Amino acid sequence: MTTNGNAADLFGDLDAVRRRHHADHFAPRPLDRMRVLAIVGALAGVLVYGLVELEFSFAKIFGGLGRLGSIVGLMLPPDPETWAKAMVYGKALAETLAIALLGTLLAAVIAFPLSFFAARNVNASRVLHFFTRRGLDTIRGVDTLIWALIWINVVGLGPFAGVLAIMSADIGAFGKLFSEAMEAADRKPVEGVTAAGGSTAEAVRFGIVPQVLPVIASQILYYFESNTRSATIIGIVGAGGIGLHLSEQIRTLEWQHVSFLILMILVAVAIIDRISSRLRFAIIGPRAI
Amino acid sequence: MSATIAALPPAQRTALLRAYEAAVAAKRRRFMLGAAVLFLLVLVAGHTAEVDARKFFANIGNFTNYIARLFVLDNGASVLTDPAEWFWGLDKWLKLMGETVLIAYVGTMLGALGAFSLCFAASRNLTRSGAIVWTARRFLEFTRTVPEIVFALIFVVSFGLGPVPGVLAIAIHTMGALGKLFAEVVENIDMKPVEGVAASGGDWFAQVRFAALPQVLSNFASYGLLRFEINVRGAAVMGFVGAGGIGQTLVESIRKFYYSDVSALLILIIATVMIIDAATEVLRRRLIGAENRP
Repeated sequence: MTTNGNAADLFGDLDAVRRRHHADHFAPRPLDRMRVLAIVGALAGVLVYGLVELEFSFAKIFGGLGRLGSIVGLMLPPDPETWAKAMVYGKALAETLAIALLGTLLAAVIAFPLSFFAARNVNASRVLHFFTRRGLDTIRGVDTLIWALIWINVVGLGPFAGVLAIMSADIGAFGKLFSEAMEAADRKPVEGVTAAGGSTAEAVRFGIVPQVLPVIASQILYYFESNTRSATIIGIVGAGGIGLHLSEQIRTLEWQHVSFLILMILVAVAIIDRISSRLRFAIIGPRAI
Repeated sequence: MSATIAALPPAQRTALLRAYEAAVAAKRRRFMLGAAVLFLLVLVAGHTAEVDARKFFANIGNFTNYIARLFVLDNGASVLTDPAEWFWGLDKWLKLMGETVLIAYVGTMLGALGAFSLCFAASRNLTRSGAIVWTARRFLEFTRTVPEIVFALIFVVSFGLGPVPGVLAIAIHTMGALGKLFAEVVENIDMKPVEGVAASGGDWFAQVRFAALPQVLSNFASYGLLRFEINVRGAAVMGFVGAGGIGQTLVESIRKFYYSDVSALLILIIATVMIIDAATEVLRRRLIGAENRP
Protein backbone atom coordinates (compact mmCIF):
# COMPACT_ATOMS: atom_id res chain seq x y z
CA MET A 1 0.00 0.00 0.00
CA THR A 2 1.31 3.41 -0.93
CA THR A 3 -1.07 5.31 1.28
CA ASN A 4 0.47 4.11 4.54
CA GLY A 5 2.27 7.36 5.18
CA ASN A 6 -0.82 9.44 4.48
CA ALA A 7 -3.00 7.24 6.65
CA ALA A 8 -0.56 7.66 9.56
CA ASP A 9 -0.78 11.42 9.11
CA LEU A 10 -4.56 11.25 9.06
CA PHE A 11 -4.83 9.20 12.20
CA GLY A 12 -2.13 11.22 13.89
CA ASP A 13 -4.39 14.19 13.41
CA LEU A 14 -7.51 12.40 14.60
CA ASP A 15 -7.72 14.45 17.79
CA ALA A 16 -7.63 17.63 15.79
CA VAL A 17 -10.44 16.31 13.57
CA ARG A 18 -12.47 15.50 16.67
CA ARG A 19 -11.88 18.99 18.06
CA ARG A 20 -13.00 20.60 14.83
CA HIS A 21 -16.33 18.78 14.89
CA HIS A 22 -18.94 18.64 17.58
CA ALA A 23 -17.83 16.23 20.25
CA ASP A 24 -21.27 14.64 20.57
CA HIS A 25 -21.17 13.42 16.98
CA PHE A 26 -18.63 10.86 18.13
CA ALA A 27 -19.82 10.27 21.68
CA PRO A 28 -21.47 6.91 22.24
CA ARG A 29 -25.10 7.21 23.23
CA PRO A 30 -25.72 4.68 25.99
CA LEU A 31 -29.41 5.54 26.26
CA ASP A 32 -30.13 4.85 22.59
CA ARG A 33 -28.13 1.66 22.70
CA MET A 34 -30.00 0.50 25.80
CA ARG A 35 -33.35 1.24 24.19
CA VAL A 36 -32.45 -0.82 21.15
CA LEU A 37 -31.25 -3.66 23.37
CA ALA A 38 -34.46 -3.49 25.43
CA ILE A 39 -36.68 -3.64 22.33
CA VAL A 40 -34.73 -6.51 20.79
CA GLY A 41 -34.68 -8.31 24.14
CA ALA A 42 -38.44 -7.94 24.59
CA LEU A 43 -39.17 -9.17 21.05
CA ALA A 44 -36.85 -12.15 21.47
CA GLY A 45 -38.23 -12.87 24.96
CA VAL A 46 -41.82 -13.08 23.72
CA LEU A 47 -40.63 -15.24 20.82
CA VAL A 48 -38.95 -17.72 23.18
CA TYR A 49 -41.97 -17.69 25.50
CA GLY A 50 -44.21 -18.38 22.50
CA LEU A 51 -42.06 -21.25 21.28
CA VAL A 52 -42.19 -22.86 24.73
CA GLU A 53 -45.89 -22.16 25.27
CA LEU A 54 -46.85 -23.56 21.84
CA GLU A 55 -44.95 -26.75 22.63
CA PHE A 56 -42.14 -26.48 20.15
CA SER A 57 -39.45 -29.07 20.73
CA PHE A 58 -36.41 -30.24 18.81
CA ALA A 59 -37.76 -33.77 18.69
CA LYS A 60 -41.03 -32.55 17.17
CA ILE A 61 -39.35 -30.27 14.64
CA PHE A 62 -36.78 -32.80 13.45
CA GLY A 63 -39.25 -35.67 13.40
CA GLY A 64 -41.67 -33.47 11.44
CA LEU A 65 -38.98 -32.28 9.03
CA GLY A 66 -38.06 -35.91 8.36
CA ARG A 67 -41.66 -36.80 7.57
CA LEU A 68 -42.03 -33.61 5.51
CA GLY A 69 -38.96 -34.62 3.51
CA SER A 70 -40.40 -38.01 2.70
CA ILE A 71 -43.74 -36.39 1.76
CA VAL A 72 -41.96 -34.05 -0.65
CA GLY A 73 -40.19 -37.11 -2.07
CA LEU A 74 -43.53 -38.81 -2.61
CA MET A 75 -44.90 -35.67 -4.32
CA LEU A 76 -42.46 -35.96 -7.20
CA PRO A 77 -43.20 -36.07 -10.01
CA PRO A 78 -46.62 -34.31 -10.00
CA ASP A 79 -49.05 -36.72 -11.63
CA PRO A 80 -52.85 -36.85 -11.77
CA GLU A 81 -52.65 -40.50 -12.94
CA THR A 82 -55.56 -40.38 -15.41
CA TRP A 83 -56.81 -37.87 -17.95
CA ALA A 84 -60.26 -37.97 -16.43
CA LYS A 85 -58.83 -36.85 -13.08
CA ALA A 86 -56.90 -34.05 -14.77
CA MET A 87 -60.09 -32.88 -16.46
CA VAL A 88 -61.92 -32.85 -13.12
CA TYR A 89 -59.13 -30.73 -11.62
CA GLY A 90 -59.18 -28.42 -14.62
CA LYS A 91 -62.88 -27.85 -14.19
CA ALA A 92 -62.36 -27.16 -10.48
CA LEU A 93 -59.70 -24.61 -11.36
CA ALA A 94 -62.07 -22.86 -13.77
CA GLU A 95 -64.65 -22.82 -10.98
CA THR A 96 -62.05 -21.22 -8.69
CA LEU A 97 -61.34 -18.45 -11.19
CA ALA A 98 -65.07 -17.89 -11.70
CA ILE A 99 -65.57 -17.59 -7.93
CA ALA A 100 -62.78 -15.04 -7.68
CA LEU A 101 -64.08 -12.96 -10.60
CA LEU A 102 -67.70 -12.87 -9.51
CA GLY A 103 -66.89 -12.37 -5.83
CA THR A 104 -64.61 -9.42 -6.60
CA LEU A 105 -67.06 -7.77 -9.01
CA LEU A 106 -70.08 -8.16 -6.73
CA ALA A 107 -68.10 -6.77 -3.81
CA ALA A 108 -67.03 -3.78 -5.89
CA VAL A 109 -70.60 -3.11 -7.09
CA ILE A 110 -71.91 -3.18 -3.51
CA ALA A 111 -68.98 -1.35 -1.90
CA PHE A 112 -68.93 1.55 -4.40
CA PRO A 113 -72.14 3.23 -3.21
CA LEU A 114 -71.29 2.45 0.42
CA SER A 115 -67.91 4.12 0.11
CA PHE A 116 -69.58 7.50 -0.53
CA PHE A 117 -71.00 7.29 2.97
CA ALA A 118 -67.61 6.37 4.40
CA ALA A 119 -65.72 9.23 2.71
CA ARG A 120 -65.46 12.29 4.91
CA ASN A 121 -65.30 14.78 2.06
CA VAL A 122 -68.50 13.43 0.48
CA ASN A 123 -70.61 12.57 3.48
CA ALA A 124 -70.94 15.53 5.82
CA SER A 125 -72.77 13.57 8.52
CA ARG A 126 -70.27 12.56 11.20
CA VAL A 127 -72.59 9.94 12.67
CA LEU A 128 -73.33 8.21 9.36
CA HIS A 129 -69.63 8.31 8.49
CA PHE A 130 -68.70 6.72 11.82
CA PHE A 131 -71.24 3.91 11.58
CA THR A 132 -70.43 3.10 7.94
CA ARG A 133 -66.73 2.90 8.76
CA ARG A 134 -67.26 0.68 11.83
CA GLY A 135 -69.67 -1.52 9.88
CA LEU A 136 -67.09 -2.00 7.13
CA ASP A 137 -64.43 -2.76 9.78
CA THR A 138 -66.65 -5.44 11.28
CA ILE A 139 -67.25 -7.09 7.90
CA ARG A 140 -63.53 -6.96 7.22
CA GLY A 141 -62.73 -8.51 10.60
CA VAL A 142 -64.43 -11.79 9.63
CA ASP A 143 -62.19 -14.02 7.53
CA THR A 144 -63.25 -15.33 4.09
CA LEU A 145 -63.30 -18.90 5.42
CA ILE A 146 -65.69 -17.95 8.23
CA TRP A 147 -67.94 -16.14 5.74
CA ALA A 148 -67.88 -19.29 3.62
CA LEU A 149 -69.09 -21.39 6.55
CA ILE A 150 -71.91 -18.92 7.23
CA TRP A 151 -73.03 -18.74 3.57
CA ILE A 152 -72.99 -22.53 3.28
CA ASN A 153 -75.77 -22.51 5.86
CA VAL A 154 -77.78 -20.22 3.57
CA VAL A 155 -77.25 -21.42 -0.03
CA GLY A 156 -75.84 -24.88 0.64
CA LEU A 157 -72.50 -26.43 -0.29
CA GLY A 158 -70.98 -25.42 -3.62
CA PRO A 159 -69.24 -22.62 -5.48
CA PHE A 160 -72.09 -20.11 -5.04
CA ALA A 161 -71.35 -20.02 -1.29
CA GLY A 162 -67.74 -19.30 -2.24
CA VAL A 163 -68.75 -16.36 -4.43
CA LEU A 164 -70.80 -14.90 -1.59
CA ALA A 165 -67.97 -15.47 0.91
CA ILE A 166 -65.39 -13.64 -1.23
CA MET A 167 -67.95 -10.91 -1.85
CA SER A 168 -68.68 -10.44 1.87
CA ALA A 169 -65.04 -10.32 2.93
CA ASP A 170 -64.18 -7.86 0.16
CA ILE A 171 -67.05 -5.44 0.72
CA GLY A 172 -65.30 -4.32 3.90
CA ALA A 173 -61.91 -3.99 2.25
CA PHE A 174 -63.24 -2.22 -0.85
CA GLY A 175 -65.40 0.15 1.17
CA LYS A 176 -62.35 1.23 3.13
CA LEU A 177 -60.03 1.53 0.11
CA PHE A 178 -62.57 3.32 -2.13
CA SER A 179 -63.47 5.86 0.54
CA GLU A 180 -59.79 6.50 1.22
CA ALA A 181 -59.28 7.11 -2.49
CA MET A 182 -62.15 9.60 -2.43
CA GLU A 183 -60.72 11.38 0.60
CA ALA A 184 -57.39 11.68 -1.19
CA ALA A 185 -59.04 13.24 -4.27
CA ASP A 186 -58.07 16.78 -5.26
CA ARG A 187 -60.60 19.34 -3.97
CA LYS A 188 -60.18 21.79 -6.84
CA PRO A 189 -62.44 20.04 -9.41
CA VAL A 190 -65.17 19.88 -6.74
CA GLU A 191 -64.81 23.58 -6.05
CA GLY A 192 -64.88 24.23 -9.78
CA VAL A 193 -68.17 22.39 -10.27
CA THR A 194 -69.69 24.10 -7.22
CA ALA A 195 -68.52 27.52 -8.43
CA ALA A 196 -70.13 26.89 -11.81
CA GLY A 197 -73.44 26.30 -10.02
CA GLY A 198 -73.42 22.52 -9.73
CA SER A 199 -75.26 20.74 -6.94
CA THR A 200 -73.53 18.49 -4.41
CA ALA A 201 -74.46 15.42 -6.40
CA GLU A 202 -72.99 16.98 -9.54
CA ALA A 203 -69.86 17.97 -7.64
CA VAL A 204 -69.39 14.34 -6.60
CA ARG A 205 -70.24 12.99 -10.04
CA PHE A 206 -68.04 15.33 -12.09
CA GLY A 207 -65.51 16.44 -9.45
CA ILE A 208 -64.64 13.29 -7.51
CA VAL A 209 -65.72 10.21 -9.47
CA PRO A 210 -63.53 10.83 -12.54
CA GLN A 211 -60.52 11.20 -10.24
CA VAL A 212 -61.08 7.98 -8.30
CA LEU A 213 -62.29 5.63 -11.06
CA PRO A 214 -58.81 4.67 -12.31
CA VAL A 215 -57.60 4.09 -8.73
CA ILE A 216 -60.67 1.99 -7.99
CA ALA A 217 -60.27 -0.04 -11.18
CA SER A 218 -56.69 -0.84 -10.33
CA GLN A 219 -57.62 -1.81 -6.77
CA ILE A 220 -60.31 -4.15 -8.10
CA LEU A 221 -57.76 -5.83 -10.35
CA TYR A 222 -55.33 -6.13 -7.47
CA TYR A 223 -57.97 -7.77 -5.31
CA PHE A 224 -58.92 -10.09 -8.15
CA GLU A 225 -55.33 -11.31 -8.07
CA SER A 226 -55.38 -11.89 -4.34
CA ASN A 227 -58.86 -13.44 -4.47
CA THR A 228 -57.65 -16.06 -6.93
CA ARG A 229 -55.45 -17.20 -4.07
CA SER A 230 -58.29 -17.07 -1.50
CA ALA A 231 -60.64 -18.89 -3.87
CA THR A 232 -58.23 -21.81 -4.04
CA ILE A 233 -58.72 -22.50 -0.34
CA ILE A 234 -62.39 -21.92 0.40
CA GLY A 235 -63.10 -25.38 -1.02
CA ILE A 236 -61.51 -26.71 2.17
CA VAL A 237 -64.73 -25.91 4.02
CA GLY A 238 -66.90 -27.02 1.08
CA ALA A 239 -67.49 -23.77 -0.78
CA GLY A 240 -66.43 -24.92 -4.24
CA GLY A 241 -63.30 -24.64 -6.29
CA ILE A 242 -60.06 -26.53 -6.34
CA GLY A 243 -59.57 -26.45 -2.55
CA LEU A 244 -62.05 -29.28 -2.08
CA HIS A 245 -59.89 -31.63 -4.17
CA LEU A 246 -56.73 -30.32 -2.56
CA SER A 247 -57.85 -31.05 0.99
CA GLU A 248 -59.30 -34.42 -0.06
CA GLN A 249 -56.07 -35.53 -1.70
CA ILE A 250 -54.04 -34.38 1.31
CA ARG A 251 -56.31 -36.28 3.71
CA THR A 252 -56.08 -39.45 1.61
CA LEU A 253 -52.30 -38.94 1.29
CA GLU A 254 -52.30 -38.95 -2.53
CA TRP A 255 -49.19 -36.80 -2.68
CA GLN A 256 -48.63 -36.85 -6.45
CA HIS A 257 -52.15 -35.49 -6.93
CA VAL A 258 -51.46 -32.85 -4.29
CA SER A 259 -48.34 -31.59 -6.04
CA PHE A 260 -50.17 -31.59 -9.37
CA LEU A 261 -52.94 -29.44 -7.86
CA ILE A 262 -50.44 -27.06 -6.26
CA LEU A 263 -48.65 -26.76 -9.60
CA MET A 264 -51.95 -25.93 -11.32
CA ILE A 265 -52.66 -23.24 -8.73
CA LEU A 266 -49.19 -21.74 -9.12
CA VAL A 267 -49.49 -21.57 -12.90
CA ALA A 268 -53.01 -20.11 -12.79
CA VAL A 269 -52.03 -17.48 -10.22
CA ALA A 270 -48.94 -16.54 -12.23
CA ILE A 271 -51.01 -16.08 -15.42
CA ILE A 272 -53.66 -14.02 -13.63
CA ASP A 273 -50.95 -11.88 -12.02
CA ARG A 274 -49.37 -11.25 -15.40
CA ILE A 275 -52.66 -10.24 -17.06
CA SER A 276 -53.80 -8.11 -14.18
CA SER A 277 -50.54 -6.22 -13.77
CA ARG A 278 -50.62 -5.51 -17.54
CA LEU A 279 -54.13 -4.09 -17.22
CA ARG A 280 -53.26 -2.11 -14.10
CA PHE A 281 -50.26 -0.66 -15.89
CA ALA A 282 -52.52 0.33 -18.80
CA ILE A 283 -55.00 1.99 -16.44
CA ILE A 284 -52.80 3.96 -14.05
CA GLY A 285 -49.32 3.75 -15.54
CA PRO A 286 -46.22 2.68 -13.62
CA ARG A 287 -47.46 4.20 -10.36
CA ALA A 288 -47.84 1.46 -7.77
CA ILE A 289 -50.82 1.25 -5.46
CA MET B 1 -65.14 46.58 -20.56
CA SER B 2 -65.83 43.60 -22.63
CA ALA B 3 -63.38 41.44 -24.50
CA THR B 4 -64.25 39.52 -27.61
CA ILE B 5 -62.79 36.14 -28.25
CA ALA B 6 -61.87 35.68 -31.86
CA ALA B 7 -63.55 32.61 -33.31
CA LEU B 8 -61.49 30.21 -35.33
CA PRO B 9 -62.05 30.18 -39.09
CA PRO B 10 -64.81 27.66 -39.87
CA ALA B 11 -62.54 25.28 -41.81
CA GLN B 12 -60.15 24.96 -38.91
CA ARG B 13 -62.97 24.68 -36.40
CA THR B 14 -64.75 21.83 -38.17
CA ALA B 15 -61.46 19.98 -38.49
CA LEU B 16 -60.79 20.37 -34.77
CA LEU B 17 -64.32 19.36 -33.82
CA ARG B 18 -64.15 16.30 -36.05
CA ALA B 19 -60.82 15.23 -34.52
CA TYR B 20 -62.27 15.71 -31.03
CA GLU B 21 -65.35 13.66 -31.85
CA ALA B 22 -63.22 10.93 -33.40
CA ALA B 23 -61.06 10.78 -30.25
CA VAL B 24 -64.11 10.59 -27.97
CA ALA B 25 -65.71 7.94 -30.17
CA ALA B 26 -62.53 5.85 -30.12
CA LYS B 27 -62.39 6.06 -26.34
CA ARG B 28 -66.05 5.10 -26.09
CA ARG B 29 -65.56 2.16 -28.47
CA ARG B 30 -62.66 0.89 -26.37
CA PHE B 31 -64.76 1.18 -23.24
CA MET B 32 -67.71 -0.64 -24.84
CA LEU B 33 -65.41 -3.41 -26.03
CA GLY B 34 -63.99 -3.81 -22.52
CA ALA B 35 -67.47 -3.84 -21.03
CA ALA B 36 -68.64 -6.46 -23.53
CA VAL B 37 -65.66 -8.72 -22.76
CA LEU B 38 -66.27 -8.33 -19.04
CA PHE B 39 -69.97 -9.08 -19.49
CA LEU B 40 -69.17 -12.28 -21.40
CA LEU B 41 -66.68 -13.31 -18.72
CA VAL B 42 -69.29 -12.71 -16.02
CA LEU B 43 -71.84 -14.85 -17.89
CA VAL B 44 -69.36 -17.72 -18.27
CA ALA B 45 -68.21 -17.35 -14.65
CA GLY B 46 -71.78 -17.24 -13.40
CA HIS B 47 -72.54 -20.47 -15.20
CA THR B 48 -69.35 -22.14 -13.93
CA ALA B 49 -69.86 -21.07 -10.32
CA GLU B 50 -73.48 -22.28 -10.35
CA VAL B 51 -74.79 -18.85 -9.44
CA ASP B 52 -78.50 -19.14 -8.98
CA ALA B 53 -80.25 -15.87 -8.29
CA ARG B 54 -83.55 -17.63 -7.56
CA LYS B 55 -81.95 -19.85 -4.93
CA PHE B 56 -80.23 -16.81 -3.50
CA PHE B 57 -83.40 -14.75 -3.15
CA ALA B 58 -85.40 -17.75 -1.95
CA ASN B 59 -82.84 -18.34 0.80
CA ILE B 60 -81.74 -14.82 1.62
CA GLY B 61 -84.24 -14.97 4.48
CA ASN B 62 -82.13 -17.80 5.90
CA PHE B 63 -79.19 -15.45 6.05
CA THR B 64 -80.97 -12.74 8.01
CA ASN B 65 -82.59 -15.41 10.17
CA TYR B 66 -79.22 -16.99 10.76
CA ILE B 67 -77.62 -13.70 11.75
CA ALA B 68 -80.55 -12.90 14.03
CA ARG B 69 -80.46 -16.41 15.49
CA LEU B 70 -76.80 -15.89 16.43
CA PHE B 71 -77.92 -13.40 19.05
CA VAL B 72 -80.44 -15.64 20.76
CA LEU B 73 -79.58 -17.94 23.65
CA ASP B 74 -80.63 -21.60 23.78
CA ASN B 75 -83.55 -20.74 26.06
CA GLY B 76 -84.96 -18.38 23.42
CA ALA B 77 -84.06 -15.11 25.12
CA SER B 78 -81.90 -12.42 23.56
CA VAL B 79 -78.21 -12.68 24.41
CA LEU B 80 -78.29 -9.22 25.95
CA THR B 81 -80.54 -10.47 28.77
CA ASP B 82 -77.81 -12.72 30.11
CA PRO B 83 -74.26 -11.73 29.06
CA ALA B 84 -72.77 -14.21 31.52
CA GLU B 85 -74.58 -17.06 29.79
CA TRP B 86 -73.65 -15.66 26.36
CA PHE B 87 -69.92 -15.54 27.15
CA TRP B 88 -70.04 -18.66 29.36
CA GLY B 89 -66.72 -19.95 28.08
CA LEU B 90 -64.87 -16.64 28.29
CA ASP B 91 -61.90 -17.95 30.32
CA LYS B 92 -61.33 -20.84 27.94
CA TRP B 93 -61.90 -18.65 24.87
CA LEU B 94 -59.57 -15.90 26.04
CA LYS B 95 -56.87 -18.52 26.55
CA LEU B 96 -57.46 -19.80 23.00
CA MET B 97 -57.45 -16.25 21.66
CA GLY B 98 -54.14 -15.67 23.45
CA GLU B 99 -52.78 -18.80 21.81
CA THR B 100 -54.00 -17.50 18.44
CA VAL B 101 -52.21 -14.18 18.87
CA LEU B 102 -49.10 -16.02 20.03
CA ILE B 103 -49.22 -18.25 16.93
CA ALA B 104 -49.43 -15.11 14.79
CA TYR B 105 -46.56 -13.46 16.69
CA VAL B 106 -44.18 -16.43 16.56
CA GLY B 107 -45.09 -17.09 12.92
CA THR B 108 -44.51 -13.44 12.00
CA MET B 109 -41.16 -13.31 13.83
CA LEU B 110 -39.84 -16.54 12.32
CA GLY B 111 -41.10 -15.51 8.87
CA ALA B 112 -39.59 -12.03 9.20
CA LEU B 113 -36.24 -13.55 10.21
CA GLY B 114 -36.37 -15.81 7.14
CA ALA B 115 -37.36 -12.90 4.91
CA PHE B 116 -34.60 -10.76 6.40
CA SER B 117 -31.93 -13.34 5.70
CA LEU B 118 -33.11 -13.78 2.10
CA CYS B 119 -34.08 -10.25 1.04
CA PHE B 120 -30.53 -8.97 0.46
CA ALA B 121 -29.80 -11.96 -1.75
CA ALA B 122 -32.99 -11.20 -3.72
CA SER B 123 -32.04 -7.54 -4.38
CA ARG B 124 -30.41 -6.77 -7.68
CA ASN B 125 -28.46 -3.77 -6.39
CA LEU B 126 -26.64 -5.66 -3.64
CA THR B 127 -26.20 -9.09 -5.22
CA ARG B 128 -24.20 -9.23 -8.43
CA SER B 129 -24.94 -12.83 -9.28
CA GLY B 130 -28.08 -13.07 -11.38
CA ALA B 131 -28.44 -16.76 -10.53
CA ILE B 132 -28.63 -16.11 -6.78
CA VAL B 133 -31.17 -13.29 -7.24
CA TRP B 134 -33.29 -15.48 -9.54
CA THR B 135 -33.24 -18.46 -7.17
CA ALA B 136 -34.04 -16.37 -4.09
CA ARG B 137 -36.91 -14.62 -5.89
CA ARG B 138 -38.47 -17.81 -7.25
CA PHE B 139 -38.26 -19.42 -3.81
CA LEU B 140 -39.96 -16.42 -2.17
CA GLU B 141 -42.59 -16.42 -4.92
CA PHE B 142 -43.36 -20.08 -4.32
CA THR B 143 -43.79 -19.66 -0.55
CA ARG B 144 -45.92 -16.58 -1.14
CA THR B 145 -48.26 -18.08 -3.71
CA VAL B 146 -49.16 -21.31 -1.91
CA PRO B 147 -51.84 -20.26 0.60
CA GLU B 148 -50.85 -20.68 4.23
CA ILE B 149 -53.78 -22.97 4.93
CA VAL B 150 -52.46 -25.40 2.29
CA PHE B 151 -49.09 -25.41 4.04
CA ALA B 152 -50.98 -25.97 7.30
CA LEU B 153 -52.85 -28.97 5.84
CA ILE B 154 -49.56 -30.57 4.76
CA PHE B 155 -47.75 -29.67 7.99
CA VAL B 156 -50.54 -31.14 10.10
CA VAL B 157 -49.81 -34.47 8.42
CA SER B 158 -46.08 -34.25 9.06
CA PHE B 159 -45.88 -32.41 12.41
CA GLY B 160 -49.11 -33.64 13.99
CA LEU B 161 -52.15 -31.66 15.17
CA GLY B 162 -51.62 -28.58 17.32
CA PRO B 163 -50.18 -25.07 17.06
CA VAL B 164 -46.76 -26.11 15.69
CA PRO B 165 -47.94 -26.67 12.08
CA GLY B 166 -49.96 -23.45 12.27
CA VAL B 167 -46.92 -21.43 13.32
CA LEU B 168 -44.76 -23.00 10.61
CA ALA B 169 -47.39 -22.46 7.92
CA ILE B 170 -47.73 -18.78 8.84
CA ALA B 171 -43.96 -18.41 9.07
CA ILE B 172 -43.36 -19.86 5.58
CA HIS B 173 -46.06 -17.76 3.95
CA THR B 174 -44.91 -14.64 5.81
CA MET B 175 -41.35 -15.25 4.66
CA GLY B 176 -42.51 -15.11 1.05
CA ALA B 177 -44.73 -12.07 1.45
CA LEU B 178 -42.28 -10.05 3.55
CA GLY B 179 -39.26 -11.18 1.54
CA LYS B 180 -40.71 -9.58 -1.58
CA LEU B 181 -41.55 -6.32 0.21
CA PHE B 182 -38.17 -6.22 1.99
CA ALA B 183 -36.32 -6.80 -1.29
CA GLU B 184 -38.27 -3.94 -2.90
CA VAL B 185 -37.27 -1.64 -0.03
CA VAL B 186 -33.63 -2.68 -0.37
CA GLU B 187 -33.68 -2.04 -4.12
CA ASN B 188 -34.85 1.52 -3.51
CA ILE B 189 -32.07 2.54 -1.11
CA ASP B 190 -29.56 5.27 -1.76
CA MET B 191 -26.48 3.47 -3.10
CA LYS B 192 -23.95 6.12 -2.05
CA PRO B 193 -23.40 4.76 1.49
CA VAL B 194 -22.90 1.28 0.00
CA GLU B 195 -20.29 2.66 -2.37
CA GLY B 196 -18.69 4.47 0.54
CA VAL B 197 -18.33 1.31 2.60
CA ALA B 198 -17.12 -0.63 -0.44
CA ALA B 199 -14.58 2.12 -1.21
CA SER B 200 -13.16 1.99 2.31
CA GLY B 201 -12.67 -1.76 1.96
CA GLY B 202 -15.82 -3.19 3.53
CA ASP B 203 -16.83 -6.66 2.41
CA TRP B 204 -20.40 -7.62 1.40
CA PHE B 205 -21.55 -8.11 5.00
CA ALA B 206 -20.11 -4.77 6.08
CA GLN B 207 -21.90 -3.10 3.15
CA VAL B 208 -25.21 -4.63 4.15
CA ARG B 209 -24.72 -3.97 7.86
CA PHE B 210 -23.46 -0.38 7.79
CA ALA B 211 -24.83 1.02 4.51
CA ALA B 212 -28.06 -0.79 3.64
CA LEU B 213 -29.46 -1.79 7.03
CA PRO B 214 -29.74 1.69 8.61
CA GLN B 215 -31.73 2.83 5.58
CA VAL B 216 -34.24 0.01 5.55
CA LEU B 217 -34.82 -0.99 9.17
CA SER B 218 -37.77 1.29 9.94
CA ASN B 219 -39.53 0.24 6.73
CA PHE B 220 -38.93 -3.41 7.58
CA ALA B 221 -40.44 -2.91 11.02
CA SER B 222 -43.46 -1.17 9.53
CA TYR B 223 -44.09 -3.98 7.04
CA GLY B 224 -43.55 -6.54 9.81
CA LEU B 225 -46.24 -4.91 11.95
CA LEU B 226 -48.65 -4.84 8.99
CA ARG B 227 -48.01 -8.53 8.41
CA PHE B 228 -48.57 -9.34 12.09
CA GLU B 229 -52.01 -7.78 11.80
CA ILE B 230 -52.79 -9.94 8.76
CA ASN B 231 -51.42 -13.03 10.46
CA VAL B 232 -53.70 -12.62 13.48
CA ARG B 233 -56.64 -13.01 11.08
CA GLY B 234 -54.89 -15.96 9.46
CA ALA B 235 -54.14 -17.64 12.79
CA ALA B 236 -57.81 -17.37 13.77
CA VAL B 237 -58.74 -19.82 10.98
CA MET B 238 -55.75 -22.17 11.34
CA GLY B 239 -57.86 -24.26 13.69
CA PHE B 240 -60.19 -25.09 10.75
CA VAL B 241 -57.61 -27.64 9.63
CA GLY B 242 -56.44 -28.60 13.12
CA ALA B 243 -53.47 -26.26 13.32
CA GLY B 244 -54.16 -24.66 16.71
CA GLY B 245 -55.81 -21.50 17.98
CA ILE B 246 -59.43 -20.46 18.36
CA GLY B 247 -60.51 -21.64 14.88
CA GLN B 248 -61.17 -25.21 16.00
CA THR B 249 -63.72 -24.09 18.59
CA LEU B 250 -65.31 -21.67 16.12
CA VAL B 251 -65.72 -24.22 13.33
CA GLU B 252 -67.19 -26.72 15.79
CA SER B 253 -69.76 -24.27 17.09
CA ILE B 254 -70.73 -23.26 13.53
CA ARG B 255 -71.11 -26.87 12.40
CA LYS B 256 -72.96 -27.95 15.55
CA PHE B 257 -75.26 -24.87 15.46
CA TYR B 258 -74.25 -23.48 18.89
CA TYR B 259 -75.60 -20.13 17.72
CA SER B 260 -74.82 -17.84 20.63
CA ASP B 261 -71.31 -19.32 20.93
CA VAL B 262 -70.66 -18.41 17.30
CA SER B 263 -71.56 -14.77 17.86
CA ALA B 264 -69.56 -14.61 21.10
CA LEU B 265 -66.48 -16.10 19.42
CA LEU B 266 -66.82 -13.83 16.38
CA ILE B 267 -67.12 -10.77 18.62
CA LEU B 268 -64.02 -11.89 20.50
CA ILE B 269 -62.06 -12.36 17.27
CA ILE B 270 -63.22 -9.09 15.71
CA ALA B 271 -62.46 -7.15 18.91
CA THR B 272 -58.98 -8.65 19.13
CA VAL B 273 -58.28 -7.91 15.46
CA MET B 274 -59.48 -4.31 15.88
CA ILE B 275 -57.36 -3.74 19.00
CA ILE B 276 -54.27 -5.12 17.26
CA ASP B 277 -55.06 -3.06 14.14
CA ALA B 278 -55.22 0.11 16.23
CA ALA B 279 -52.08 -0.72 18.22
CA THR B 280 -49.98 -1.53 15.15
CA GLU B 281 -51.31 1.59 13.43
CA VAL B 282 -50.05 3.75 16.31
CA LEU B 283 -46.67 2.02 16.28
CA ARG B 284 -46.37 2.38 12.50
CA ARG B 285 -47.24 6.08 12.64
CA ARG B 286 -44.48 6.56 15.20
CA LEU B 287 -42.00 4.57 13.13
CA ILE B 288 -42.75 6.54 9.98
CA GLY B 289 -42.71 9.77 11.96
CA ALA B 290 -39.30 8.89 13.39
CA GLU B 291 -38.04 8.22 9.89
CA ASN B 292 -39.24 11.52 8.45
CA ARG B 293 -37.89 13.59 11.33
CA PRO B 294 -35.18 15.95 10.00
